[in-house]
Amino acid sequence: MEQKIRVLVAKPGLDGHDRGAKVLARAFMDAGMEVIYTGIRRTPEQIAEVAVQEDVDVVALSCLSGAHNTLFPKVVDLLRGKGADDILIMGGGVIPEDDISFLKQHGISEVFGPGTPLATCVNYIRSHVKKEA
Amino acid sequence: MDVKLGVLAGDTRAVARAITWVENGDPRGAEVIRGVYGSTGRAYIVGVTGSPGAGKSTLVSRLAALLAARGQKVGILAVDPSSPFSGGAILGDRVRMFDVALTRDVYIRSMATRGSLGGLNRATRMAARILDAAGFDWIFVETVGAGQSEVDVHDVAYTTAVVMAPGMGDDIQAMKAGIMEIGDLFIINKADRDGADRTATQVESVLQLSMTTGWNPPVLKVSAEQNTGIESVVDTIERHRTHLVASGKLDALKIRMAKLDVLEILKARLADTMKQQLDQPAVQAELEKVASKQSDPYSLADIIFEESWRNT
Amino acid sequence: MFDKESVGRLKAARSKWQQGADKIPAGKTCKAYADCTTSSGIDVKLLYTPEDVGEMDYMRDLGFPGEYPYTRGSQATMYRGRLWTMRQYAGFATVEESNRRYKYLLNQGQTGLSIAFDLPTQLGMDADHPLSEGEVGKVGVSVSSLADLEVLFDGIPLDQVSTSMTINAPAAVLMAMYIALARRKGISADKLNGTIQNDVLKEYSARGTYIYPPAPSMRIINDIFAYCSKEVPNWNTISISGYHMREAGCTAVQEVAFTLADGIAYVEAAVKAGLDVDSFATRVSFFFNAHNNLLEEVAKFRAARRMWARIMKERFHAQNPKSLMLRFHTQTAGCTLTSQQPDNNVVRVTLQALAAVLGGTQSLHTNSRDEAVSLPSEDSVRIALRTQQIIGYESGVADTVDPLAGSYFVESMTDDIEEEALKYIAKIDELGGAVKAIERGFIQKEIQNSSYQYQLEIESGKKVIVGVNKFQIQDKPAKNLMRIDSALYEKRHKELAAMKGRRDATKVEAALAQVKAVAGSDANLMPAIIDAVDAYATLGEVCDVLRSVFGEYQPDASF
Repeated sequence: MEQKIRVLVAKPGLDGHDRGAKVLARAFMDAGMEVIYTGIRRTPEQIAEVAVQEDVDVVALSCLSGAHNTLFPKVVDLLRGKGADDILIMGGGVIPEDDISFLKQHGISEVFGPGTPLATCVNYIRSHVKKEA
Repeated sequence: MDVKLGVLAGDTRAVARAITWVENGDPRGAEVIRGVYGSTGRAYIVGVTGSPGAGKSTLVSRLAALLAARGQKVGILAVDPSSPFSGGAILGDRVRMFDVALTRDVYIRSMATRGSLGGLNRATRMAARILDAAGFDWIFVETVGAGQSEVDVHDVAYTTAVVMAPGMGDDIQAMKAGIMEIGDLFIINKADRDGADRTATQVESVLQLSMTTGWNPPVLKVSAEQNTGIESVVDTIERHRTHLVASGKLDALKIRMAKLDVLEILKARLADTMKQQLDQPAVQAELEKVASKQSDPYSLADIIFEESWRNT
Repeated sequence: MFDKESVGRLKAARSKWQQGADKIPAGKTCKAYADCTTSSGIDVKLLYTPEDVGEMDYMRDLGFPGEYPYTRGSQATMYRGRLWTMRQYAGFATVEESNRRYKYLLNQGQTGLSIAFDLPTQLGMDADHPLSEGEVGKVGVSVSSLADLEVLFDGIPLDQVSTSMTINAPAAVLMAMYIALARRKGISADKLNGTIQNDVLKEYSARGTYIYPPAPSMRIINDIFAYCSKEVPNWNTISISGYHMREAGCTAVQEVAFTLADGIAYVEAAVKAGLDVDSFATRVSFFFNAHNNLLEEVAKFRAARRMWARIMKERFHAQNPKSLMLRFHTQTAGCTLTSQQPDNNVVRVTLQALAAVLGGTQSLHTNSRDEAVSLPSEDSVRIALRTQQIIGYESGVADTVDPLAGSYFVESMTDDIEEEALKYIAKIDELGGAVKAIERGFIQKEIQNSSYQYQLEIESGKKVIVGVNKFQIQDKPAKNLMRIDSALYEKRHKELAAMKGRRDATKVEAALAQVKAVAGSDANLMPAIIDAVDAYATLGEVCDVLRSVFGEYQPDASF
C-alpha cells in the first residue's frame, strides 16, 4: 500500500496574487505530496466541491485581498455540509493577528502568515493529516 | 460511510474515496471492485491523448459540458506526471476545467502517474470501473501528454482521440510509430490559428498509408477555447461507437478489457509477491552472489519464481 | 572610457595587488572569495576598477541627462528643477472615506493622487455582484459608476492635481468616467493630468486581474491611445509595469526584460493598428519595483532607460525625443516587507526609496511598515511619506544629477543588466513577442522558477532576511491595524439600487447597445463608453457588454 498525501491549494476570492500559493504547491510536491491547484478567483462552492471530488487530505487556502473572514469559514461550512469533515483546512495570506482566532473558531486549523518557512507548512501537514486506520 | 453502497448510489464522496483506495493499493479498494463490478459495463470510455500544449484538458471540459447539457453523467480521469525525484506531483488539469467543475453530473479526478510510464496511472483502469458502477454514462481518460509512448490509453478506452495543435507538424512524423496507430479520431485543436489546415493535411496523408479495417479515422478541426466544433467530436465518437457495436468489435473489446483487468491485478500481485521474496533474509546471500558474479540474475530469478509458485 | 594603455597598466597593478590580497593562510578559506551574486544571478566581484568599464564610451552609453540615450536621467536638471512626485497609492472602503484620505494626503504635502481600486472594480464587476461579497472596499475604493467618482473627487480640483489610477482591464471605463466627470465640472479634457495603468499583459503574467483575452484587450488599449492622443494629450495612457512581476518573484533582470518586452508588444500593436509611433509613444510611461539590493536596483533603472531609448530609436524609428524617454513611477517592494518586527520595514523602505531616487524616478510610492499584515494605518502612511521627504530635503542625494554615474561597479552592473535583459528579449522575440510568450506560459514559468529559487534560498539561510531567518525575536501582535467593515457589501448594494432608480433607464439601454455595436466594429470604443458612463451605466454593465462580444480569458496552469 502506498498512501500519498493529497493537498488542494486553493485561491478563494478575487485577488490574483498567486506567488505564495504556487511556491507552496511546489514545496508540497517536493515533499512528495500530490497537489491539485485551483487557479485564481475560485468560489468557496467550487473549492469545496473540488476537495470532495479529489478526496484530498488537506485544503490550503490562500487569500491576500482581506476577504478571508468571509471566504474561509464558507469553505469550512460547505465541506461540513458535504460530510467531508475529515479534511484538514489551513489558511494563509495577509491576515492580521486578530483574525487568526476568529478563523480558528470557524474551523481553520492553522493560519500561516507571510514569512512562514515552507518546512513549517510541510511538517504541519505531515503531523496533522488524519489518515484513516 | 459505506463506500460500496455509496459508489452504487453515485455518491461523490464514496466514488472519490474508492478511487483513492484503488490508487493506494488499499485492500478495501479490491473489496469495493468485487462488490460493484457486476454493475459495470454501461459506461462508454473515451481516451484522449496528444502532445503537451495541444489543449486536451480544455477540450475534455468542453465535451463534458456539452454531454452534461444533454443530461448525461460524465466522469473525467485526468493524469499528470509524478516527479521522479520526490514522488509528488502538481496536478494542473483542473485549472482548465473549472467551467464544468460545478456542473452537476460532472466528476473530475486528477491522478498522478506514480511511476507508470505509459501516460496513465496503474489504477486508472479500476478508477474507470468505479465511475462506471456509479452510473456515469461517459468516462474520459486524459493522458499525461508526454508524447509517443502513451499508447496505454488504448487499453483502457473504447474510442481513442488523438489531439494535436497547429504547428506541431514535425511531431507527426515522430508520432507515427505509436500514437498514429491508436487514434480512432484525430482532433486538430486551436483550429483558429495559422497552420491548422496544413497540420490536418499532414495527419490525413499519414493516415492514408495505414491499414483500415472498416473505420477510417476522421480528422476534425475544432477550437476548444472558442467552443467550436465540439459537437462534431461528440458525433464522431457516437459514430465510432455505433461502428464498434455493429461490427461486433465492442464485444471483442469488452473481452479484451476483462482480460486486461485481470492481467493488471495479476501483475500487481505477482510484483508484490516477488518483491516480498526478494526481501527474504535467505535471498540476501544469493543476491550477494549475483553481485560478486558467482551467480547470474536469471538463475536467481528462476529459483525465486519456482519457490513462490510452489508457495501459492 | 579609459585609454588602452592606462587600462593595461592598471591590469598589471591590479594583479599584483590581488596576489598580495590573496595571501590566505594555508588550509583556510576566505569568505571574501565566496561566490556572491545579485538577485539576477549576476556575479559581483570583490573589487571594480576602470578595467570593468574600459569599453564604455561616455557619449554613446551615458550621454547627458535629458539627452539620448538617457542613461543619466530623463530630464536635464532632474531633482534640482523639481523633486519627484510623491505619490502614495491609497484608497479603501467607501468613496467618502477615500476622499477624506486624499484631502489629508494633499494637505500633508503630497503632490499627486494615486487611486487604489478594490478587486471587484479592477475586474469590471459592480459592488453588488455576488462574487464581490467580502471584497468590497478591501484593497481599494469601490467605484461602480460615475456617481461614485463624483463623491470620490468631491472638492478636488481635477485641473490642478495629477491623478494616477491603478486600473487595467477596465481602464477604458474608468478613464471615460474621469473624462465625463471633468466635463461636468466644466474642465476640458486637455487640462487633465494623470496616468492609467492600462497594462493588461502583466495581468496575464503576474497580477491576475484580467478580463478579456489578449487580442481584444490590445484593441481596447489601442483605442485609448488613439482617443487620448487627440483629446487628453497630457494623460499617460499606459504605465507598463514590471512592479507586479517583481512582486510575483522575478529578478531585476527579468523585471527589465519582461517590462520592456511588454512595451515592445504595445508599441508594435499600436503601430500595426495604424497609429504613428510619435503620436502615442510620448505618453507611454513605466512602473518599476524598488527592491532591496540598492546598487543593483540603481543600475536596473539606468539600464532600463538606456535600453528603451535604443529600442524606440532603432526598432521603431521614433523621432520625438519624448518617445525615447523612459519615464517611470516606482513603488518600494511590498514583497520584502515582513510581518516579523514590522518597524524594520521602515528601514527597508528607506533603502528602496533611495534606490529609486538614485535611479532617477519621476514619482514614488513608499510602502508603509504594516502592509505585510493589513492595509496601512494613517500613522504608518505618514512615516512612509516622511521617508520620501527626508530623502528629498535632507539627504543631499537630490542635489546633483545621477550621482552614482561613473562608479566602476554601478556602470559595470548597468551594462550587465542590459546584456542579460537583451538575451531575454531576444528569446521572447523568438517566441513571437510578449503576447505569444505569455500564451505559451514562458514568462509565467520564468517568474515562478525565480520565486521558488528565492524562497529556497531563504529557507536554506543562504539569503538572510533580518527578523525572519536570522535575528528573530518573539513578536508582539501588531496593534491599531486598519480594518474594513465587511458590511460594506450591503451598504453598496443599497446605494447602487438607489442610483439605478434615479437614472434614465432608456438612455442607459441605448448607450449600452451603442457600446456593443461599436465593440463589434472597428470604430474607437471610447466615445461610446463615455456616453454610457455619462448616462450612469455602471462599470459592470459596460464590462458585461464587452464580455459578451470579446469573451473572457481562460488561464492555463503553468508551474
